[in-house]
Amino acid sequence: MDLAERLLQGDKRAVARLISMAENHDPEAVEILKSLFSKTGKAHVIGITGPPGAGKSTLTDKLAKAIRKEGKTVGIIAVDPTSPFTGGSILGDRVRMNDLSTDPGVFIRSMGTRGHLGGLSKATQAAVKILDIYGVDYIFIETVGVGQSEVDIAKNADTTLMVMVPGLGDDIQAIKAGIMEIGDVFAVNKADRDGAKRTAREIDMMLDFNHSDWRPPVQMVIAVDNEGIDELLGHLKDHKKHMEDTGKLQQRRTLNSRLEIIDLVQENLMRMILDKSKKEEMINQLAVDVAVRKTDPYTASESILKEI
Amino acid sequence: MDRPIRVLVAKPGLDGHDRGAKVIARALRDAGMEVIYTGLRQTPEQIVSATIQEDVDVVAMSILSGAHNTLLPKVVELLKVENVDDVLVIGGGVIPDDDIPFLKEKGIAEIFTPGTPTSVTIDYIRANLKRK
Ligand SMILES: Nc1nc2c(ncn2[C@@H]2O[C@H](COP(=O)(O)OP(=O)(O)OP(=O)(O)O)[C@@H](O)[C@H]2O)c(=O)[nH]1
Ligand SMILES: [Mg+2]
Repeated sequence: MDLAERLLQGDKRAVARLISMAENHDPEAVEILKSLFSKTGKAHVIGITGPPGAGKSTLTDKLAKAIRKEGKTVGIIAVDPTSPFTGGSILGDRVRMNDLSTDPGVFIRSMGTRGHLGGLSKATQAAVKILDIYGVDYIFIETVGVGQSEVDIAKNADTTLMVMVPGLGDDIQAIKAGIMEIGDVFAVNKADRDGAKRTAREIDMMLDFNHSDWRPPVQMVIAVDNEGIDELLGHLKDHKKHMEDTGKLQQRRTLNSRLEIIDLVQENLMRMILDKSKKEEMINQLAVDVAVRKTDPYTASESILKEI
Repeated sequence: MDRPIRVLVAKPGLDGHDRGAKVIARALRDAGMEVIYTGLRQTPEQIVSATIQEDVDVVAMSILSGAHNTLLPKVVELLKVENVDDVLVIGGGVIPDDDIPFLKEKGIAEIFTPGTPTSVTIDYIRANLKRK
């Protein structure tokens, strides 16, 4: 049986192997995704983001358990940064989700960003599709909020959940700087700590400037104690329903598809330019030439483009 | 191989120390590997599920509790049941020399006892992967 068939039959090893192939730019993964793409679009894709240590993984664990109680299935993609220096990474989100490991209705995959600084890679988008084809009802994508990644996660999700914690201080400034528009639902986690109400109020106040017909709810939760989780899940579902009822889900998916197509064109173009080992050599030589002022970067880039 | 080696670092058994596991996790990361760190008190079943979902090349288990003779072979056995035959399984921690032949016979490829430089483990992994 080939991989595509095994995926359709719900074989977890096929899911896992296909995600690896997508991560490793194996062209066969793209061919399989082409043939099965029509089967995607069914899962509720939820992006979870927020500052480091806010409790995103703990919250994902609890939300997944609440979903499992309803008899639905879950896929989780936990993205952590790859070191730009060594190419290595420690992906530690599973630590908070160990009980889910052996649940047949849950599939968890950890991914390194592998060079996509702060952002979601094409491989993450592929992993979402693979889990969607596999047939889970919900897909969570966890990323650390470090600027660009929040924007990126919104490009890939139906619903974006922003996880905040009391006493953010500087982070509130970051929210003001534009991240506020990205959250569809806000969670103030660690509500067992001082200042949770105040943080919730501050977020809510900033949402006054939001003019869309969806007012993002702000839910206080204590992930470690499983408090506020059902309410939070309710908000996530409400958001999806609102998007469906107003036709906005289709709009958002259209916009996201547009961005994905453009990204793929860019990436394929880059590959066409850089993959040819000869051009790699040429670029290396040009880099030396530019550095010693033998030529300039403008002429150098033009001479590479002429080669295509 | 132009992809990072993926390694699951797990800590089976009931003892509460994961310093050794963290040291090796960091060393493997610094060697350019993708380390999936799963934390303390993993059951063999959890380790095997994670191995499959994460599609790792290597399972590295650190164990101090003394239960190595049951837990490590159990992981190998469950992997076999799942038809996973392309994953390198290694162990480390406080394991008496006398137990090592038994563990190897049970399918643990190599055991690294305390004091082994992390570079030895890294070289071993690179040289013994079962998958290209
Ligand atoms: N007091 C308190 N601690 C919590 C709560 N939720 C999570 N934590 C703790 O916060 C720490 C970080 O939790 P994670 O779930 O790993 O946070 P994260 O946002 O996924 O972290 P990164 O992925 O590393 O960015 C852990 O020690 C949790 O136990 C909560 O509601 N209250
Ligand atoms: Mg996390």
